[in-house]
Amino acid sequence: ITTECAVDAQSLISISLRKIHNSRTQRGGVKLHKNLLVSYVLRNARQVYMNEKYAEIYRMQQYEEVMTVCNEIQELNPLDLAEDCEEQSADCCGIGNEPPSLCGALLPVSHQAPVQSAHIQPPSACSASLSLQGEDVCKTSEPLFYRSCCAEAYPASNCEFSPANSMHCNKTTVLDLDTHVVTTVENGYLHQDCCASLQPCCPGAQNPAKKRKVDFGYYVSEIEEVPDFTPCKRAKFEDCSYANTEPLDTSNISNLISIFGSGFSGLVSRQTDFEQSLNGQFCSKQALASLGAWTRAIVAF
Amino acid sequence: YIGAGGGANDVQWCFSQVKGAIDDDVAEADIISTVEFNHSGELLATGDKGGRVVIFQQDTENKSLPQCRSEYNVYSTFQSHEPEFDYLKSLEIEEKINKIRWLPQKNAAQFLLSTNDKTIKLWKISERDKRPEGYNLKEEDGRCRDSTTITTLRVPVFRPMDLMVEASPRRVFANAHTYHINSISVNSDNETYLSADDLRVNLWHLEITDRSFNIVDIKPANMEELTEVITAAEFHPHQCNTFVYSSSKGTIRMCDMRASALCDKHSKLFEEPEDPSNRSFFSEIISSISDVKFSHSGRYMMTRDYLSVKIWDLNMENRPVETYQVHEYLRSKLCSLYENDCIFDKFECCWNGNDSVVMTGSYNNFFRMLERTQRRDITLEASRESSKARQVLKPRRVCAGGKRKKDEISVDSLDFNKKILHTAWHPQENIIAVATTNNLYIFQEKVN
Repeated sequence: ITTECAVDAQSLISISLRKIHNSRTQRGGVKLHKNLLVSYVLRNARQVYMNEKYAEIYRMQQYEEVMTVCNEIQELNPLDLAEDCEEQSADCCGIGNEPPSLCGALLPVSHQAPVQSAHIQPPSACSASLSLQGEDVCKTSEPLFYRSCCAEAYPASNCEFSPANSMHCNKTTVLDLDTHVVTTVENGYLHQDCCASLQPCCPGAQNPAKKRKVDFGYYVSEIEEVPDFTPCKRAKFEDCSYANTEPLDTSNISNLISIFGSGFSGLVSRQTDFEQSLNGQFCSKQALASLGAWTRAIVAF
Repeated sequence: YIGAGGGANDVQWCFSQVKGAIDDDVAEADIISTVEFNHSGELLATGDKGGRVVIFQQDTENKSLPQCRSEYNVYSTFQSHEPEFDYLKSLEIEEKINKIRWLPQKNAAQFLLSTNDKTIKLWKISERDKRPEGYNLKEEDGRCRDSTTITTLRVPVFRPMDLMVEASPRRVFANAHTYHINSISVNSDNETYLSADDLRVNLWHLEITDRSFNIVDIKPANMEELTEVITAAEFHPHQCNTFVYSSSKGTIRMCDMRASALCDKHSKLFEEPEDPSNRSFFSEIISSISDVKFSHSGRYMMTRDYLSVKIWDLNMENRPVETYQVHEYLRSKLCSLYENDCIFDKFECCWNGNDSVVMTGSYNNFFRMLERTQRRDITLEASRESSKARQVLKPRRVCAGGKRKKDEISVDSLDFNKKILHTAWHPQENIIAVATTNNLYIFQEKVN
């Protein structure tokens, strides 16, 4: 056994998905316990990956690019989202193809180190502990991560993600990529702005349950007791209001710029692989639609 | 050296026997999946992936002589479970024996419960050392006699014969579990037993096969909200109303069947808060409990998770009274262990007869004995190299980092395919059974 192994979040995600996929063909049927544990790793890896992405995007602070993308998005069919998103997010954020490193992802987020430094040295592999602020993040942001397609807008004030904790939200504008509703939060008050081209929820959204399954690249056929699982309870948001909008200081600019679900550029390609390998058990449309579930609202300032 | 002696009488462990093929090429069906002594320790049962049960019996003829070591010899072998196919769900059901539990002996016959993923069976193991001879209507070999040739009448009599051990299935408890059965436990009332799968615990009466009572159900209304599964369950050794079940989240719930018919609400919840400095991607996996065992006294229980053994006082729920690290050097290797699936290995644990020592397995065919009173521990190895008759086992040491001393093994040299998941301790004597992948080792206390 080697000391070195793929500790970066992205490869953990793909390893985990592969395990879930392989478990379907294992003798004796799907092992609920093992798959549940794998889904926890998947969740943890995804959180780290997201944190890393948020940090990177924040560093870029490409407001104009984001707005351009927003406008283009409004004209897009949700199912086309995946195909276009990849290029756009690349343009938007100039994200390279290097996989985020686990520990590098954590340091700026949880330790509020100034994010201007472009590269964070990852500490040695597996033994690096995820700072437990990650856990706090998980607790408050759990509802945010498991949003189904028609989910409501992402809370604007994800101040935990702000690398420099002195950043505070003043006025934030939010676009929900699924409902295409643009809303603004100003000092805690919510305005519903234009809904540029209001479209109904994307087709797959009626069944959030199904969404969840495909999220993990794991499509389960409809038999009664076949296990399906996510580790976190899905939060129910009745409307676009942010239950946990914090009282905001007026001092500084706001914080985070979220990403498209296709920011998981590696994940997209892997999901496509899964599609092909599962002999039509994956509906490719479903796979793409599932990316809607990965999407987050874009928060700009 | 550690054993039931305690104090000044430190035990030295010696090799006694090894059962199973010497071949390095392991046939999958031969992989041992469970090991269990009966209540007297005279019988030792193993189950394997091929659905077979092999029972060894202790040779008691020479027990009175101190020099003689009692040996275990094959007593009975039978096919307990066969592979099945669930046509409704298009699922194959493995024949692997997940658990064996002996019933306390009531008469000349022995009874055990064996289970695979879906079906529990009650087996009767009985001896036959006499057979009837002298029938009127048939010959000794069974051929019918021509009735016209019969001129006299006689009464058949029993005559001695070579000992024959027969195993016959007396009950089949089926169709009660949707998920995979992980535990069975016989109640101290000797009438009922429980079986547990990932989401439910069922109560059975040993005489009744067409009905079982569901006493715990943690299946959420929406399976997407599933956060934990049941990993093991056991009845209290003396209180027939009490049982515990452990979860994948590292908690143990104790339930009282007198409180209500459905024991979804626990009467006690044993949980230790997580150490935030140890948080990693794999925190949830390594906190999942793989085994739970009550002490013989009934005052403590022991849990095993991936890296540690914890002893809980039943009167204290908020933390264990003792925690032992089994192989802490693996903590930095969790990622590799995740990749090769070793992190999902389910190690069992066991108590010695007087609850002073606990034992559990590890990798590289190492197993660990943890002595409670003086907090000492020892690592031993089950290997063919150390299997000369009465050879004393040498303690092993793993070098976690830095300079490797002589006789130490570095972590990177450990063989993770050689794992000891199942161990058992004789209820009264210092005799232990340790299962490697396909071999069963029996070690005994050194007798001077």
